[in-house]
Amino acid sequence: MTSVTDHAAGAFTGHAASTDAPSAARAAPTQSVAITGAERELRLDLFRGLALWLIFVDHLPPNIFTWLTFRNYGFSDATEIFIFISGYTAAFVYGRAMRSRGFVVASARIFKRVWQIYVAHVFLFTIFLAEISYVATQFENPLYSEEMGILDFLKQPDVTIVQALLLKFRPVNMDVLPLYIVLMLFLPLIIFLMQRKPDLTLGLSVLIYAVTWEFGLNLPAYPNGVWFFNPFAWQLLFVFGAWCALGGARRMAPLLSSRILLGLALAYLIAAFFVTLTWHLPQLGHIVPRVIEQWMYPINKTDLDVLRFVHFLAIAAVAVYFLPSGWPGLKSPWLRPMILCGQHSLEIFCIGVFLAFAGHFILAEVSSGGAGIHFIVSISGIVIMSAAAWVLSWYKRVAAKSGTDAKSADADADLAGGGS
Amino acid sequence: MKAIVGLTALAMLLTTVAAVADDPPHATCEVPAYLLATDNKLPKVAEAVKTDRKLDIMVIGSRSSTITAPDGTGFPGRMEASLRDKLPGVTVNVALQLQVKKTAEEVTKDIDQLLEGKKPTLVIWQTGTVDAMRSIDPDDFRTAVDEGVAAMQKAGADVVLINLQYTPRMETMISTTPYIDIMRVAAQQREVPLFDRFAIMHHWNETGSFDLFSAARGVDLAKRVHDCLGRALATFVIDAAQLKPAELRIQR
Repeated sequence: MTSVTDHAAGAFTGHAASTDAPSAARAAPTQSVAITGAERELRLDLFRGLALWLIFVDHLPPNIFTWLTFRNYGFSDATEIFIFISGYTAAFVYGRAMRSRGFVVASARIFKRVWQIYVAHVFLFTIFLAEISYVATQFENPLYSEEMGILDFLKQPDVTIVQALLLKFRPVNMDVLPLYIVLMLFLPLIIFLMQRKPDLTLGLSVLIYAVTWEFGLNLPAYPNGVWFFNPFAWQLLFVFGAWCALGGARRMAPLLSSRILLGLALAYLIAAFFVTLTWHLPQLGHIVPRVIEQWMYPINKTDLDVLRFVHFLAIAAVAVYFLPSGWPGLKSPWLRPMILCGQHSLEIFCIGVFLAFAGHFILAEVSSGGAGIHFIVSISGIVIMSAAAWVLSWYKRVAAKSGTDAKSADADADLAGGGS
Repeated sequence: MKAIVGLTALAMLLTTVAAVADDPPHATCEVPAYLLATDNKLPKVAEAVKTDRKLDIMVIGSRSSTITAPDGTGFPGRMEASLRDKLPGVTVNVALQLQVKKTAEEVTKDIDQLLEGKKPTLVIWQTGTVDAMRSIDPDDFRTAVDEGVAAMQKAGADVVLINLQYTPRMETMISTTPYIDIMRVAAQQREVPLFDRFAIMHHWNETGSFDLFSAARGVDLAKRVHDCLGRALATFVIDAAQLKPAELRIQR
């Protein structure tokens, strides 16, 4: 099992060099943060896989698994990880393409990718529409006559569907892909600047973030309101990921291995944990001084609150410290499913959203939402996601083998980016 | 032999499972104490009850504060009945101001008009549903709730906030979490008790008191839920005002 999938992981980047990685990486742990060579960074896949699982679980109705997701223990959640790693891998893969094939070709490839994400989003919207149309016709409980009003938009499908195609009308839990589409649209520009003036580009990103907070920039949504994930704010994570991929991580390596930073990160995570605890146990409310409460709240997810961003940085710092890239656990068959999911993130993300819809449906139609069936739905979802990822890996391996060398080299770039 | 033992064990297991599944759902709708606990008090309610033996309540709410059934079956009416029951000798009056399809901001704009000449001791504000359905910008919602509560307090009333209903069927359609979080924070900052309708209904659904997934078109389930909500709300108000019904009885 391990050897087969290792080979697959190697095949993504077009190099089967993964076997000698552990020893090399152990020898130079400080270099581990950056992908310098052709080696696929399994930790990125691992954490993105984890993020995908957590996003799936968080999209289900709350159940016992929800308590395992770390949005319950701190400010940030799986979305931050997903966007950061997406920025990292996309910049890494397309950055290489831009160096070897030029700006125009790389941009064309990125836009092809954007198109794929857009189509995936529309596909998910169609499924959503089917589900709620069913609910609208089958379900009419007087207790919820007010909430059923949300289905009124079905009365004007012309407007609704056009607004959905314009990414302005987005049902619950379908906010991540539109954000991703917008971020990817700007990726050619980001990489172009980043390859010349990395720090200036990151500085620009911070500036846009600050301006967003100052002036409340956002994109409009339909029927009203704004984008749930404000692209002007969330670009910071994406660009930061790109900055890390294109050399930033290597430069930060000494900092990341420092014990002082580790201590600070852990202290922040623990403080955040206690603050989060007061949300679930209001009796503990007094442990957070009122002054801090006033200053801290609200913790704004739409505009990527600084507290959330720092919380993500702290998690990342701790993760990098304790899991160097040569970490033997990465070869463990137990983590294999998570890594595989992370390697096919777009497909698995879509399957996850679909499964969350399906899970809601099963919980509503088949049972009355008991804890047992909840558990089964969550587990089956994760198993299905892993199985799908495994099939995708298998197929890509087979397809790569049968293609000509030139073709497969091209495909590899797409695949690795496809992971993004 | 092994197979028979195994099969017997399996059969026994299945019967146990079936027995558990057959257990009738609890008919009661008890609310655990932690869901009714609040640090914020209702001093004006306490004073009005103790000195004037009178309690005027105004419920401001959207459609989910009522049911399409004869009057008095929605939770405001049930709360009134329960309060009269629990506070003997106190004149309890509940007025319902339905603000159908109005966001918190729209209600806040009209608040002076709503309260004009009424002088309720307690305003119970049920909000958030319309805002969640229209995905109002959370920042705007926060400001509106905060200003609305401030206006009610300025008019001389104690305030209780009620958040959204738990609506399992609509979870993929309405994003409730940000609005629930904001109401919790707003209540904390303005020091008003928050009646956590969402958590209470969720608890009832989990424990089997009610099947809130039910597709039943009848009004029966709605009536029972509102009855339970009304009684829980009455208990909540009495606790938050730190009233001891027994003492009231002695005074009489």
